[in-house]
Amino acid sequence: MWIAIFCLSGLGLLASLGLGFVSRRFVVEVDPRIEAVERVLSGTNCGVCGYPSCSHFARAIVEEGAPVSGCIAGGEDTALALAKLMGVEAVTGEKKVAVVLCKGGKEESTTKFTYRGVEDCKAAVIISDGDKACSYGCLGLGTCEKVCPFDAVEISEDGLAIIDPEKCTGCGICVKECPKGIIQLVPVEKGVSILCHSDEKGSEVQKKCAVGCIACEICIRVCPFDAITMEGNLAVLDHERCRVCGLCIPRCPTETIHGRDWPFPHVEIIEDRCTGCGICTMICPVDAIEGEEKEVHMVSKERCVGCMLCVDRCPEEAIRVKAQSDSASELAA
Amino acid sequence: MNELFLLIIGAVLVNNFVLTRFLGICPFLGVSRRTETALGMGMAVIFVMTVASIVTWIIHRAVLTPFGIEYLQTVTFILVIASLVQLVEMVIQKTSPILYQALGIYLPLITTNCAVLGVAVLNVQKGFTFVETAMFGFGASLGFTLALVLFSGLRERIALTDVPRVFRGTAIALITAGLLSLAFMGFTGLVK
Repeated sequence: MWIAIFCLSGLGLLASLGLGFVSRRFVVEVDPRIEAVERVLSGTNCGVCGYPSCSHFARAIVEEGAPVSGCIAGGEDTALALAKLMGVEAVTGEKKVAVVLCKGGKEESTTKFTYRGVEDCKAAVIISDGDKACSYGCLGLGTCEKVCPFDAVEISEDGLAIIDPEKCTGCGICVKECPKGIIQLVPVEKGVSILCHSDEKGSEVQKKCAVGCIACEICIRVCPFDAITMEGNLAVLDHERCRVCGLCIPRCPTETIHGRDWPFPHVEIIEDRCTGCGICTMICPVDAIEGEEKEVHMVSKERCVGCMLCVDRCPEEAIRVKAQSDSASELAA
Repeated sequence: MNELFLLIIGAVLVNNFVLTRFLGICPFLGVSRRTETALGMGMAVIFVMTVASIVTWIIHRAVLTPFGIEYLQTVTFILVIASLVQLVEMVIQKTSPILYQALGIYLPLITTNCAVLGVAVLNVQKGFTFVETAMFGFGASLGFTLALVLFSGLRERIALTDVPRVFRGTAIALITAGLLSLAFMGFTGLVK
């Protein structure tokens, strides 16, 4: 037994001595900031930032100027600590704006009774959950309008709170204040939202509101990116996955899905590179790409919705996004 | 000479570490999404596996056998392989930053790769000589790289195809791995 203990610890000692010697001998001078940044990071090597490990991300921050808000696991605290360390201003993620998840105005929705109380949603909710038949409906009494420090909320004539995405800073005060809990923060670039929060069965929703989600699941089938899922009886959009292709918007039978107007990014095929393999024609969800096999393919400007599915899938990297100004002027012409 | 050549062929094709012996499945599935990374991992494995088989063989001959403590084989080999990988990483980082960048995270990952430990144990079990050990380690890692690169190529093609929804992701990857393993069955009997 003593031999075993002696041998194994001897080997271990030898290995550690060797490693110690080599680490002294082959020491590589690194930017001390990289180590400091690495200490702040969580060290879980989760890879959400897009780098294989925390130390890679630390190096990318110091040497390549990667965004300090990249560490999702660390959240805002880490971003602020890193920003202080690097002497830059922390931009925590993309800009978000608040959206009211209800489209059922006075016209579209039914009411249980006529409310004549205090002009405040919180007060109205106390009385039988508000006047709207749908318990997820926007009451339109303006609690969010009152609390918004940026005047971004307006109550429409239809009795719905409308948030101006230009004025909204995404501070989230209205999200907390809304007694119905139907205001959500969404990334500003992702203009698409499913404007319903009702978890009730489709038939129930239809009785109460003409524009509520009836859980038909058409949008789920249409979405090429699996960005929509059913949560109970409600279609929920994952903004991380949404590529703003807009395919679901016209297919929604109740017109619940809304998209802001955005300039469609169009794609074009680099003719020299296209080998005519036909993969893009197979995957294009709107059949916007045409062409004979083994010949250069063409993208139809009218049909392309800019979902970028083909850009990712083209094995020859022959499809690129058209410059914004080009496509805008072409459309105008 | 001829025998050594057959030893390598046997380790690469007939008894492929991944597809026939089912060792090192974790990196086989983990880093086979892109051929580029698969190749990087493969190169790192070739390097480490060859060096590790040589060093563990020496340790076994010079330390474990004379003292009669062969039962410490596994723990010793793990110790040796782990420190070896660490050592190699440090040396490479200093001497060749380009190679270090290319191997990246894969080098430390190999520390716990069971294929590396597997080849070290097999060398001892089969009673190979020093040269045979080096060749077997090299051949085994070559086979690992071959399987990894082939599989990553297949996965790249699969990513472009319209896979039925239920099979998407890991499911189709495992089915493909099974078919690839089946294909390698065809080499059985090539080398005795």
